[in-house]
Amino acid sequence: MEILVCIKRVPDTAENEIEVSSAGTDIERDDLVYSVNEWDNYAVEEAIQIVDNVGGAVTIVSLGDEESEEIIRREMAMGADNGILVSDDAFERSDGKGVASILKAVVEKGNYDLILTGAQADDGAGQIGGMLAAMLDVPYASVVNTIEVLNDAQLKIGREIEGGNQEMNEIALPCVLSIQTGINEPRYVGIRGIRKVASVDIPVLGAADLGIDAAGVGESGARVKRIDYFVPQLGEGAEILEGSNEEVAEKLIDLLKAKGGIK
Amino acid sequence: MAAQVFAYIEHKDGVADDTALELISAAQKIYPDALITAFVTGAGADLDAVCNDLAVSYPEVWKFDNEALAYPNAEVIRKLLVAVLPPDAVVLVPHDTFGMDLSPGLSIKLDSVFVSDTVDFEGFEGDNLKVIRQEFSGQVSTHVLADISAGAVINVRPGVFQPDESKSAAGQVVDKSSEIGELSAARRFLEIVEAEAGDVDITKEDILVSVGRGIEDQDNIEIAQELAEAVGGVVSCSRPIVDAKWLEKARQVGTSGQTVKPKVYMALGISGSFQHLGGLKGNPFIVAVNKNPKAPIFQVADVGVVEDLLDFVPVLTEKIQEGK
Repeated sequence: MEILVCIKRVPDTAENEIEVSSAGTDIERDDLVYSVNEWDNYAVEEAIQIVDNVGGAVTIVSLGDEESEEIIRREMAMGADNGILVSDDAFERSDGKGVASILKAVVEKGNYDLILTGAQADDGAGQIGGMLAAMLDVPYASVVNTIEVLNDAQLKIGREIEGGNQEMNEIALPCVLSIQTGINEPRYVGIRGIRKVASVDIPVLGAADLGIDAAGVGESGARVKRIDYFVPQLGEGAEILEGSNEEVAEKLIDLLKAKGGIK
Repeated sequence: MAAQVFAYIEHKDGVADDTALELISAAQKIYPDALITAFVTGAGADLDAVCNDLAVSYPEVWKFDNEALAYPNAEVIRKLLVAVLPPDAVVLVPHDTFGMDLSPGLSIKLDSVFVSDTVDFEGFEGDNLKVIRQEFSGQVSTHVLADISAGAVINVRPGVFQPDESKSAAGQVVDKSSEIGELSAARRFLEIVEAEAGDVDITKEDILVSVGRGIEDQDNIEIAQELAEAVGGVVSCSRPIVDAKWLEKARQVGTSGQTVKPKVYMALGISGSFQHLGGLKGNPFIVAVNKNPKAPIFQVADVGVVEDLLDFVPVLTEKIQEGK
Protein backbone atom coordinates (compact mmCIF):
# COMPACT_ATOMS: atom_id res chain seq x y z
CA MET A 1 0.00 0.00 0.00
CA GLU A 2 1.30 3.45 -0.90
CA ILE A 3 0.63 5.79 2.00
CA LEU A 4 1.09 9.56 2.17
CA VAL A 5 1.18 11.15 5.62
CA CYS A 6 0.77 14.93 5.92
CA ILE A 7 2.62 16.41 8.89
CA LYS A 8 3.07 19.88 10.38
CA ARG A 9 5.76 21.49 12.49
CA VAL A 10 4.11 23.20 15.47
CA PRO A 11 5.05 24.80 18.80
CA ASP A 12 4.78 22.06 21.39
CA THR A 13 2.02 23.26 23.76
CA ALA A 14 3.12 20.77 26.41
CA GLU A 15 6.54 22.42 26.52
CA ASN A 16 5.66 26.08 25.99
CA GLU A 17 3.70 28.90 27.54
CA ILE A 18 2.11 30.50 24.51
CA GLU A 19 2.11 34.29 24.77
CA VAL A 20 0.74 36.92 22.45
CA SER A 21 3.35 39.22 20.90
CA SER A 22 3.21 42.89 21.85
CA ALA A 23 1.74 43.84 18.44
CA GLY A 24 -0.97 41.20 18.88
CA THR A 25 -0.45 39.91 15.34
CA ASP A 26 1.36 36.71 16.30
CA ILE A 27 2.45 34.65 19.27
CA GLU A 28 5.94 35.12 20.72
CA ARG A 29 7.93 32.70 18.60
CA ASP A 30 11.42 33.29 20.05
CA ASP A 31 12.48 30.48 22.37
CA LEU A 32 9.54 28.26 21.44
CA VAL A 33 10.17 24.53 21.35
CA TYR A 34 8.86 23.12 18.05
CA SER A 35 8.08 19.53 17.26
CA VAL A 36 6.00 17.43 14.91
CA ASN A 37 2.27 17.85 15.62
CA GLU A 38 1.39 15.09 18.10
CA TRP A 39 -1.57 13.73 16.05
CA ASP A 40 0.62 13.54 12.94
CA ASN A 41 3.21 11.47 14.79
CA TYR A 42 0.55 8.85 15.54
CA ALA A 43 -0.46 8.94 11.85
CA VAL A 44 3.13 8.24 10.77
CA GLU A 45 3.44 5.34 13.22
CA GLU A 46 0.15 3.89 11.93
CA ALA A 47 1.32 4.16 8.31
CA ILE A 48 4.59 2.40 9.12
CA GLN A 49 2.74 -0.42 10.91
CA ILE A 50 0.37 -0.90 7.95
CA VAL A 51 3.28 -1.09 5.50
CA ASP A 52 5.11 -3.50 7.82
CA ASN A 53 2.05 -5.76 7.62
CA VAL A 54 0.96 -5.53 4.02
CA GLY A 55 3.94 -4.05 2.17
CA GLY A 56 4.26 -0.78 0.29
CA ALA A 57 5.89 2.52 1.18
CA VAL A 58 5.29 5.52 3.44
CA THR A 59 5.87 9.04 2.14
CA ILE A 60 5.94 12.02 4.48
CA VAL A 61 4.97 15.46 3.25
CA SER A 62 5.15 18.72 5.15
CA LEU A 63 4.10 22.18 4.05
CA GLY A 64 6.24 24.81 5.71
CA ASP A 65 9.56 26.62 5.65
CA GLU A 66 12.98 24.94 5.48
CA GLU A 67 12.87 24.26 9.23
CA SER A 68 10.18 21.66 8.55
CA GLU A 69 12.85 19.48 6.96
CA GLU A 70 13.96 18.51 10.48
CA ILE A 71 10.58 16.98 11.38
CA ILE A 72 10.37 15.16 8.03
CA ARG A 73 13.76 13.63 8.80
CA ARG A 74 12.63 12.70 12.30
CA GLU A 75 9.58 10.86 10.94
CA MET A 76 11.74 9.16 8.31
CA ALA A 77 13.96 7.95 11.13
CA MET A 78 10.87 6.19 12.52
CA GLY A 79 10.78 4.15 9.32
CA ALA A 80 9.06 6.21 6.62
CA ASP A 81 10.56 5.65 3.18
CA ASN A 82 10.35 9.05 1.47
CA GLY A 83 10.05 12.69 2.41
CA ILE A 84 8.82 15.75 0.54
CA LEU A 85 9.08 19.36 1.71
CA VAL A 86 6.53 21.67 0.13
CA SER A 87 7.74 25.22 0.46
CA ASP A 88 7.17 28.47 -1.36
CA ASP A 89 6.75 32.09 -0.23
CA ALA A 90 3.49 32.08 -2.20
CA PHE A 91 2.08 29.44 0.18
CA GLU A 92 2.49 31.55 3.33
CA ARG A 93 -0.70 32.48 5.19
CA SER A 94 -2.84 30.09 3.17
CA ASP A 95 -6.22 29.31 4.73
CA GLY A 96 -7.40 25.72 5.19
CA LYS A 97 -8.68 25.50 1.67
CA GLY A 98 -5.37 26.82 0.35
CA VAL A 99 -3.39 24.22 2.31
CA ALA A 100 -5.70 21.43 1.13
CA SER A 101 -5.37 22.52 -2.51
CA ILE A 102 -1.56 22.53 -2.26
CA LEU A 103 -1.62 19.02 -0.76
CA LYS A 104 -4.02 17.92 -3.50
CA ALA A 105 -1.36 18.84 -6.06
CA VAL A 106 1.17 16.75 -4.11
CA VAL A 107 -1.21 13.77 -4.00
CA GLU A 108 -1.77 13.99 -7.75
CA LYS A 109 1.97 13.75 -8.42
CA GLY A 110 2.01 10.33 -6.73
CA ASN A 111 -0.10 7.22 -6.73
CA TYR A 112 -1.36 6.84 -3.18
CA ASP A 113 -3.88 4.33 -1.85
CA LEU A 114 -4.20 5.96 1.55
CA ILE A 115 -3.65 9.49 2.81
CA LEU A 116 -3.36 10.19 6.53
CA THR A 117 -3.39 13.46 8.45
CA GLY A 118 -3.55 14.20 12.16
CA ALA A 119 -7.08 14.85 13.47
CA GLN A 120 -6.00 18.42 14.29
CA ALA A 121 -2.95 20.60 14.82
CA ASP A 122 -2.02 23.81 16.66
CA ASP A 123 -4.93 25.87 15.29
CA GLY A 124 -7.46 23.22 16.38
CA ALA A 125 -9.43 23.46 13.13
CA GLY A 126 -9.16 19.81 12.08
CA GLN A 127 -10.08 20.71 8.52
CA ILE A 128 -7.33 19.68 6.10
CA GLY A 129 -8.12 15.96 5.78
CA GLY A 130 -11.83 16.48 5.09
CA MET A 131 -11.15 19.25 2.58
CA LEU A 132 -8.50 17.21 0.79
CA ALA A 133 -10.80 14.18 0.51
CA ALA A 134 -13.59 16.33 -0.95
CA MET A 135 -11.21 17.92 -3.46
CA LEU A 136 -9.96 14.47 -4.51
CA ASP A 137 -13.52 13.12 -4.50
CA VAL A 138 -12.56 10.17 -2.29
CA PRO A 139 -14.19 9.01 0.98
CA TYR A 140 -13.11 10.45 4.32
CA ALA A 141 -13.27 9.50 7.96
CA SER A 142 -12.19 11.69 10.89
CA VAL A 143 -10.86 10.91 14.39
CA VAL A 144 -9.87 7.38 13.41
CA ASN A 145 -8.55 5.21 16.25
CA THR A 146 -8.25 1.76 14.62
CA ILE A 147 -7.37 0.67 11.09
CA GLU A 148 -7.61 -2.89 9.79
CA VAL A 149 -6.71 -3.65 6.17
CA LEU A 150 -9.44 -5.94 4.82
CA ASN A 151 -8.12 -6.24 1.26
CA ASP A 152 -6.63 -4.15 -1.56
CA ALA A 153 -9.82 -2.15 -1.89
CA GLN A 154 -11.17 -1.75 1.65
CA LEU A 155 -10.32 -0.87 5.22
CA LYS A 156 -12.27 -1.46 8.41
CA ILE A 157 -11.84 1.59 10.61
CA GLY A 158 -12.97 2.76 14.03
CA ARG A 159 -13.83 6.40 14.73
CA GLU A 160 -13.63 7.72 18.26
CA ILE A 161 -17.02 9.27 18.99
CA GLU A 162 -18.54 10.84 22.10
CA GLY A 163 -18.69 8.99 25.41
CA GLY A 164 -15.69 6.76 24.74
CA ASN A 165 -17.64 4.76 22.15
CA GLN A 166 -16.27 3.68 18.81
CA GLU A 167 -18.04 3.86 15.45
CA MET A 168 -17.00 1.05 13.10
CA ASN A 169 -17.07 1.60 9.32
CA GLU A 170 -15.93 0.01 6.11
CA ILE A 171 -14.29 2.49 3.79
CA ALA A 172 -13.16 2.09 0.18
CA LEU A 173 -9.62 2.87 -0.96
CA PRO A 174 -8.28 5.30 -1.96
CA CYS A 175 -9.40 7.43 0.97
CA VAL A 176 -8.29 10.08 3.44
CA LEU A 177 -8.31 9.42 7.20
CA SER A 178 -7.60 11.85 10.05
CA ILE A 179 -5.90 10.06 12.92
CA GLN A 180 -6.70 10.42 16.62
CA THR A 181 -4.03 10.17 19.31
CA GLY A 182 -3.86 6.85 21.16
CA ILE A 183 -4.36 4.74 18.01
CA ASN A 184 -0.92 3.19 18.62
CA GLU A 185 2.24 3.76 20.62
CA PRO A 186 4.61 5.79 18.42
CA ARG A 187 8.13 4.38 18.47
CA TYR A 188 10.99 6.23 20.07
CA VAL A 189 13.47 7.88 17.74
CA GLY A 190 17.05 7.89 18.99
CA ILE A 191 20.02 9.94 17.84
CA ARG A 192 21.28 6.92 15.91
CA GLY A 193 18.04 6.69 13.95
CA ILE A 194 18.21 10.36 13.02
CA ARG A 195 21.85 9.98 11.97
CA LYS A 196 20.93 7.18 9.58
CA VAL A 197 18.66 9.47 7.58
CA ALA A 198 20.79 12.60 7.98
CA SER A 199 21.98 12.55 4.38
CA VAL A 200 18.80 11.30 2.70
CA ASP A 201 17.69 13.68 -0.02
CA ILE A 202 14.40 15.44 0.72
CA PRO A 203 13.12 17.16 -2.43
CA VAL A 204 11.61 20.64 -2.07
CA LEU A 205 8.56 21.41 -4.22
CA GLY A 206 7.24 24.92 -4.86
CA ALA A 207 4.21 26.36 -6.65
CA ALA A 208 5.79 26.00 -10.12
CA ASP A 209 6.81 22.36 -9.49
CA LEU A 210 3.26 21.54 -8.43
CA GLY A 211 1.53 23.53 -11.17
CA ILE A 212 -0.23 25.71 -8.60
CA ASP A 213 -1.47 29.20 -9.46
CA ALA A 214 0.06 31.32 -6.72
CA ALA A 215 -2.88 33.75 -6.74
CA GLY A 216 -5.27 31.01 -5.55
CA VAL A 217 -3.26 30.15 -2.44
CA GLY A 218 -1.38 32.02 0.26
CA GLU A 219 -2.72 35.27 1.66
CA SER A 220 -4.15 36.44 -1.69
CA GLY A 221 -6.29 33.30 -2.06
CA ALA A 222 -7.48 33.15 1.55
CA ARG A 223 -11.13 33.86 2.29
CA VAL A 224 -10.63 33.00 5.97
CA LYS A 225 -7.98 35.17 7.61
CA ARG A 226 -6.70 35.34 11.16
CA ILE A 227 -6.23 39.02 12.02
CA ASP A 228 -4.91 38.93 15.57
CA TYR A 229 -4.19 36.94 18.71
CA PHE A 230 -5.43 37.83 22.17
CA VAL A 231 -5.70 36.24 25.58
CA PRO A 232 -9.21 35.01 26.37
CA GLN A 233 -10.93 35.89 29.61
CA LEU A 234 -13.50 33.16 29.96
CA GLY A 235 -14.51 33.76 33.53
CA GLU A 236 -13.29 35.47 36.64
CA GLY A 237 -10.42 33.05 36.79
CA ALA A 238 -9.07 31.07 39.68
CA GLU A 239 -8.03 32.56 42.99
CA ILE A 240 -4.31 31.82 42.88
CA LEU A 241 -2.95 30.67 46.24
CA GLU A 242 0.43 32.21 47.05
CA GLY A 243 3.17 31.24 49.48
CA SER A 244 5.47 28.31 50.16
CA ASN A 245 4.19 24.86 49.21
CA GLU A 246 3.46 24.20 52.89
CA GLU A 247 1.48 27.44 53.27
CA VAL A 248 -0.43 26.87 50.05
CA ALA A 249 -1.22 23.28 51.08
CA GLU A 250 -2.67 24.49 54.41
CA LYS A 251 -4.83 27.13 52.72
CA LEU A 252 -6.02 24.57 50.20
CA ILE A 253 -6.88 22.02 52.89
CA ASP A 254 -9.15 24.60 54.59
CA LEU A 255 -10.93 25.27 51.29
CA LEU A 256 -11.26 21.58 50.48
CA LYS A 257 -12.75 20.85 53.89
CA ALA A 258 -15.32 23.62 53.38
CA LYS A 259 -16.30 22.24 49.96
CA GLY A 260 -16.48 18.57 50.93
CA GLY A 261 -13.21 17.77 49.19
CA ILE A 262 -11.82 15.79 52.13
CA LYS A 263 -13.82 12.92 53.52
CA MET B 1 -34.81 40.23 3.34
CA ALA B 2 -33.58 38.63 6.49
CA ALA B 3 -30.64 36.28 6.15
CA GLN B 4 -31.39 32.57 6.03
CA VAL B 5 -29.32 30.24 8.19
CA PHE B 6 -29.50 26.44 8.32
CA ALA B 7 -28.80 24.58 11.56
CA TYR B 8 -27.81 20.93 11.34
CA ILE B 9 -29.60 19.08 14.14
CA GLU B 10 -28.03 16.10 15.88
CA HIS B 11 -30.39 13.76 17.68
CA LYS B 12 -30.53 10.35 19.27
CA ASP B 13 -33.40 8.08 20.36
CA GLY B 14 -36.01 10.66 19.40
CA VAL B 15 -34.43 13.53 21.36
CA ALA B 16 -32.58 16.51 19.88
CA ASP B 17 -29.06 17.17 21.17
CA ASP B 18 -28.48 20.19 23.48
CA THR B 19 -26.71 21.87 20.55
CA ALA B 20 -30.03 22.17 18.68
CA LEU B 21 -31.06 25.22 20.74
CA GLU B 22 -27.49 26.52 21.06
CA LEU B 23 -27.32 26.88 17.28
CA ILE B 24 -30.32 29.24 17.34
CA SER B 25 -28.44 31.51 19.73
CA ALA B 26 -25.33 31.28 17.55
CA ALA B 27 -27.30 32.12 14.38
CA GLN B 28 -28.87 35.15 16.07
CA LYS B 29 -25.42 36.32 17.17
CA ILE B 30 -24.42 36.31 13.48
CA TYR B 31 -27.65 37.86 12.14
CA PRO B 32 -30.00 39.21 14.85
CA ASP B 33 -32.97 38.81 12.46
CA ALA B 34 -31.89 35.44 11.03
CA LEU B 35 -34.52 33.16 9.50
CA ILE B 36 -33.36 29.87 10.92
CA THR B 37 -34.22 26.52 9.42
CA ALA B 38 -33.54 23.26 11.26
CA PHE B 39 -32.13 20.59 8.96
CA VAL B 40 -33.01 17.15 10.33
CA THR B 41 -32.21 13.76 8.86
CA GLY B 42 -33.24 10.36 10.18
CA ALA B 43 -35.90 7.71 9.92
CA GLY B 44 -39.31 6.86 11.30
CA ALA B 45 -41.01 7.78 14.57
CA ASP B 46 -37.82 8.99 16.28
CA LEU B 47 -37.33 11.55 13.51
CA ASP B 48 -40.95 12.73 13.75
CA ALA B 49 -40.63 13.20 17.51
CA VAL B 50 -37.47 15.29 17.09
CA CYS B 51 -39.00 17.43 14.32
CA ASN B 52 -42.16 18.13 16.31
CA ASP B 53 -40.10 19.18 19.35
CA LEU B 54 -37.89 21.42 17.21
CA ALA B 55 -40.88 23.23 15.69
CA VAL B 56 -41.44 24.78 19.12
CA SER B 57 -38.15 26.68 18.77
CA TYR B 58 -37.48 26.81 15.01
CA PRO B 59 -39.78 28.67 12.60
CA GLU B 60 -39.11 26.03 9.97
CA VAL B 61 -37.97 22.41 10.25
CA TRP B 62 -36.85 20.53 7.15
CA LYS B 63 -37.40 16.80 7.63
CA PHE B 64 -35.55 14.18 5.55
CA ASP B 65 -36.92 10.72 6.32
CA ASN B 66 -35.19 7.71 4.81
CA GLU B 67 -34.00 4.32 6.15
CA ALA B 68 -30.53 5.09 4.73
CA LEU B 69 -30.39 8.11 7.09
CA ALA B 70 -31.23 6.13 10.25
CA TYR B 71 -27.60 6.38 11.38
CA PRO B 72 -25.90 9.74 10.72
CA ASN B 73 -23.13 8.84 8.28
CA ALA B 74 -21.47 12.15 7.39
CA GLU B 75 -20.45 10.84 3.96
CA VAL B 76 -24.12 10.29 3.09
CA ILE B 77 -25.46 13.44 4.74
CA ARG B 78 -22.87 15.66 3.02
CA LYS B 79 -24.22 14.48 -0.33
CA LEU B 80 -27.79 15.25 0.73
CA LEU B 81 -26.89 18.75 1.96
CA VAL B 82 -25.08 19.58 -1.28
CA ALA B 83 -28.10 18.44 -3.28
CA VAL B 84 -30.80 20.36 -1.42
CA LEU B 85 -29.26 23.51 0.11
CA PRO B 86 -29.76 26.77 -1.77
CA PRO B 87 -26.64 28.40 -3.25
CA ASP B 88 -24.66 30.59 -0.84
CA ALA B 89 -26.28 28.92 2.19
CA VAL B 90 -24.92 29.63 5.66
CA VAL B 91 -24.90 26.33 7.58
CA LEU B 92 -24.18 25.90 11.30
CA VAL B 93 -23.00 22.51 12.57
CA PRO B 94 -22.03 21.45 16.11
CA HIS B 95 -18.25 21.03 16.38
CA ASP B 96 -18.13 17.46 17.63
CA THR B 97 -16.99 14.20 16.06
CA PHE B 98 -19.88 14.37 13.58
CA GLY B 99 -19.26 18.01 12.66
CA MET B 100 -15.53 17.32 12.26
CA ASP B 101 -16.47 14.50 9.88
CA LEU B 102 -19.03 16.44 7.85
CA SER B 103 -18.10 20.08 7.57
CA PRO B 104 -14.64 20.56 6.02
CA GLY B 105 -15.62 18.49 2.97
CA LEU B 106 -19.07 20.10 2.86
CA SER B 107 -17.49 23.54 2.46
CA ILE B 108 -15.47 22.28 -0.52
CA LYS B 109 -18.50 20.73 -2.19
CA LEU B 110 -20.57 23.90 -1.61
CA ASP B 111 -17.63 26.09 -2.64
CA SER B 112 -18.11 28.15 0.50
CA VAL B 113 -15.78 29.06 3.36
CA PHE B 114 -15.32 26.85 6.42
CA VAL B 115 -14.76 28.21 9.90
CA SER B 116 -14.03 25.53 12.48
CA ASP B 117 -14.75 25.38 16.21
CA THR B 118 -16.10 28.92 16.62
CA VAL B 119 -16.78 30.29 20.11
CA ASP B 120 -18.21 33.76 19.35
CA PHE B 121 -19.18 36.17 16.57
CA GLU B 122 -18.62 39.93 16.57
CA GLY B 123 -20.63 41.22 13.63
CA PHE B 124 -19.48 42.08 10.12
CA GLU B 125 -16.74 44.07 8.44
CA GLY B 126 -18.12 44.34 4.91
CA ASP B 127 -18.72 40.79 3.65
CA ASN B 128 -16.49 39.42 6.35
CA LEU B 129 -17.95 37.83 9.46
CA LYS B 130 -15.73 38.48 12.48
CA VAL B 131 -15.32 35.23 14.37
CA ILE B 132 -13.56 34.27 17.59
CA ARG B 133 -11.69 30.97 17.74
CA GLN B 134 -9.07 29.50 20.01
CA GLU B 135 -5.66 28.10 19.15
CA PHE B 136 -2.86 26.26 20.96
CA SER B 137 -5.19 24.16 23.14
CA GLY B 138 -7.10 27.26 24.26
CA GLN B 139 -4.02 29.17 25.48
CA VAL B 140 -4.74 32.06 23.09
CA SER B 141 -7.75 33.29 21.12
CA THR B 142 -7.87 34.83 17.65
CA HIS B 143 -10.17 37.02 15.61
CA VAL B 144 -10.79 35.55 12.19
CA LEU B 145 -12.39 37.33 9.22
CA ALA B 146 -14.36 34.97 7.00
CA ASP B 147 -15.84 36.12 3.69
CA ILE B 148 -19.26 34.45 3.87
CA SER B 149 -20.76 36.30 0.88
CA ALA B 150 -20.75 33.07 -1.17
CA GLY B 151 -21.96 30.93 1.71
CA ALA B 152 -20.32 29.35 4.74
CA VAL B 153 -20.11 26.21 6.80
CA ILE B 154 -19.53 27.23 10.41
CA ASN B 155 -18.79 24.71 13.13
CA VAL B 156 -19.95 25.94 16.55
CA ARG B 157 -18.36 24.69 19.76
CA PRO B 158 -20.95 22.85 21.88
CA GLY B 159 -21.83 24.37 25.26
CA VAL B 160 -20.70 27.92 24.46
CA PHE B 161 -23.88 29.63 23.26
CA GLN B 162 -26.65 29.69 25.85
CA PRO B 163 -29.99 28.37 24.64
CA ASP B 164 -32.94 30.73 25.01
CA GLU B 165 -35.87 28.48 25.90
CA SER B 166 -38.25 31.34 26.57
CA LYS B 167 -39.03 32.05 22.92
CA SER B 168 -41.61 30.07 21.03
CA ALA B 169 -41.45 29.94 17.25
CA ALA B 170 -44.64 27.95 16.56
CA GLY B 171 -42.85 26.65 13.51
CA GLN B 172 -43.83 24.15 10.87
CA VAL B 173 -42.31 20.84 9.86
CA VAL B 174 -41.73 20.61 6.11
CA ASP B 175 -41.35 17.05 4.85
CA LYS B 176 -38.58 17.22 2.25
CA SER B 177 -38.15 13.46 1.96
CA SER B 178 -39.21 13.44 -1.69
CA GLU B 179 -36.16 15.60 -2.54
CA ILE B 180 -33.75 12.93 -1.27
CA GLY B 181 -31.72 11.65 -4.20
CA GLU B 182 -29.29 8.78 -4.35
CA LEU B 183 -27.68 8.15 -0.93
CA SER B 184 -24.89 5.66 -1.53
CA ALA B 185 -21.43 6.32 -0.11
CA ALA B 186 -18.02 4.65 -0.24
CA ARG B 187 -18.01 4.50 3.57
CA ARG B 188 -20.47 2.16 5.21
CA PHE B 189 -21.47 2.31 8.89
CA LEU B 190 -21.20 -1.08 10.59
CA GLU B 191 -21.83 -0.74 14.33
CA ILE B 192 -21.13 1.16 17.53
CA VAL B 193 -18.76 -0.54 19.95
CA GLU B 194 -19.58 0.66 23.46
CA ALA B 195 -16.81 1.70 25.84
CA GLU B 196 -15.63 -0.98 28.22
CA ALA B 197 -16.54 -0.50 31.88
CA GLY B 198 -13.57 -0.04 34.22
CA ASP B 199 -12.95 -1.16 37.77
CA VAL B 200 -14.26 2.17 39.11
CA ASP B 201 -17.18 4.30 37.98
CA ILE B 202 -15.85 7.87 38.06
CA THR B 203 -19.27 9.22 37.09
CA LYS B 204 -20.58 8.37 40.58
CA GLU B 205 -17.73 9.86 42.64
CA ASP B 206 -17.95 13.10 44.66
CA ILE B 207 -14.22 13.71 44.76
CA LEU B 208 -12.01 13.22 41.72
CA VAL B 209 -8.25 13.63 41.71
CA SER B 210 -7.57 13.99 38.02
CA VAL B 211 -4.15 13.81 36.38
CA GLY B 212 -2.93 15.11 33.03
CA ARG B 213 0.25 15.39 31.06
CA GLY B 214 1.96 17.21 33.96
CA ILE B 215 2.30 13.88 35.78
CA GLU B 216 5.14 13.22 33.29
CA ASP B 217 5.72 9.55 34.04
CA GLN B 218 3.64 6.46 34.72
CA ASP B 219 5.41 5.89 38.04
CA ASN B 220 4.19 9.31 39.24
CA ILE B 221 0.51 8.26 39.04
CA GLU B 222 1.13 6.95 42.56
CA ILE B 223 1.39 10.56 43.74
CA ALA B 224 -2.20 11.17 42.64
CA GLN B 225 -3.28 7.81 44.03
CA GLU B 226 -1.94 8.75 47.47
CA LEU B 227 -3.74 12.10 47.41
CA ALA B 228 -6.96 10.41 46.32
CA GLU B 229 -6.70 7.97 49.22
CA ALA B 230 -6.01 10.81 51.68
CA VAL B 231 -9.09 12.80 50.60
CA GLY B 232 -11.37 9.79 50.05
CA GLY B 233 -11.68 10.22 46.27
CA VAL B 234 -10.62 8.31 43.20
CA VAL B 235 -8.15 9.01 40.40
CA SER B 236 -9.40 10.11 37.00
CA CYS B 237 -7.44 11.59 34.12
CA SER B 238 -7.30 13.53 30.86
CA ARG B 239 -6.79 12.08 27.41
CA PRO B 240 -2.95 12.00 27.14
CA ILE B 241 -2.81 9.64 30.13
CA VAL B 242 -5.09 7.16 28.36
CA ASP B 243 -3.22 7.61 25.07
CA ALA B 244 -0.03 6.68 26.94
CA LYS B 245 -1.88 3.64 28.39
CA TRP B 246 -1.03 4.69 31.95
CA LEU B 247 -4.67 4.49 33.07
CA GLU B 248 -7.67 2.76 31.54
CA LYS B 249 -10.13 4.55 29.26
CA ALA B 250 -12.93 4.29 31.83
CA ARG B 251 -11.06 6.84 33.99
CA GLN B 252 -10.90 9.49 31.25
CA VAL B 253 -12.90 12.71 31.79
CA GLY B 254 -13.94 14.51 28.61
CA THR B 255 -16.18 14.46 25.56
CA SER B 256 -14.42 11.37 24.27
CA GLY B 257 -14.44 9.79 27.73
CA GLN B 258 -16.77 10.04 30.73
CA THR B 259 -19.06 12.88 31.75
CA VAL B 260 -18.61 13.37 35.50
CA LYS B 261 -20.48 15.43 38.12
CA PRO B 262 -18.26 15.50 41.23
CA LYS B 263 -18.57 18.02 44.06
CA VAL B 264 -14.81 18.62 44.01
CA TYR B 265 -12.51 18.22 41.02
CA MET B 266 -8.76 18.46 41.46
CA ALA B 267 -7.05 18.97 38.11
CA LEU B 268 -3.38 18.10 38.47
CA GLY B 269 -1.19 18.96 35.48
CA ILE B 270 -4.23 19.25 33.22
CA SER B 271 -4.19 22.15 30.75
CA GLY B 272 -7.98 22.24 30.40
CA SER B 273 -8.86 21.77 26.74
CA PHE B 274 -12.52 22.28 25.88
CA GLN B 275 -12.82 18.58 25.10
CA HIS B 276 -11.71 17.82 28.67
CA LEU B 277 -13.93 20.48 30.28
CA GLY B 278 -16.85 19.24 28.17
CA GLY B 279 -16.90 16.13 30.36
CA LEU B 280 -17.14 18.12 33.59
CA LYS B 281 -20.72 18.95 34.62
CA GLY B 282 -22.65 20.02 37.71
CA ASN B 283 -20.50 23.07 38.54
CA PRO B 284 -17.95 21.37 40.84
CA PHE B 285 -15.41 23.20 43.00
CA ILE B 286 -12.33 23.03 40.77
CA VAL B 287 -8.78 23.10 42.09
CA ALA B 288 -6.09 23.46 39.41
CA VAL B 289 -2.43 22.66 39.97
CA ASN B 290 -0.30 23.48 36.93
CA LYS B 291 3.18 24.90 36.45
CA ASN B 292 2.04 26.83 33.37
CA PRO B 293 0.23 29.98 34.56
CA LYS B 294 -1.23 30.35 31.01
CA ALA B 295 -3.01 27.00 31.16
CA PRO B 296 -6.72 27.53 30.31
CA ILE B 297 -7.71 25.45 33.33
CA PHE B 298 -6.98 28.50 35.54
CA GLN B 299 -9.76 30.41 33.74
CA VAL B 300 -12.42 27.95 34.88
CA ALA B 301 -10.96 26.79 38.21
CA ASP B 302 -12.08 28.22 41.54
CA VAL B 303 -8.66 27.89 43.13
CA GLY B 304 -5.29 27.65 41.44
CA VAL B 305 -1.80 26.65 42.46
CA VAL B 306 0.94 27.63 39.99
CA GLU B 307 3.48 24.96 40.79
CA ASP B 308 4.81 21.66 39.46
CA LEU B 309 2.37 19.06 40.75
CA LEU B 310 5.27 16.68 41.39
CA ASP B 311 6.58 19.13 44.00
CA PHE B 312 3.29 20.36 45.43
CA VAL B 313 1.03 17.31 45.64
CA PRO B 314 3.24 15.20 47.97
CA VAL B 315 3.34 18.15 50.40
CA LEU B 316 -0.45 18.47 50.25
CA THR B 317 -0.97 14.74 50.78
CA GLU B 318 1.35 14.70 53.76
CA LYS B 319 -0.40 17.68 55.39
CA ILE B 320 -3.80 16.01 54.91
CA GLN B 321 -2.53 12.77 56.43
CA GLU B 322 -1.03 14.69 59.39
CA GLY B 323 -4.37 16.36 60.05
CA LYS B 324 -6.28 13.11 60.27
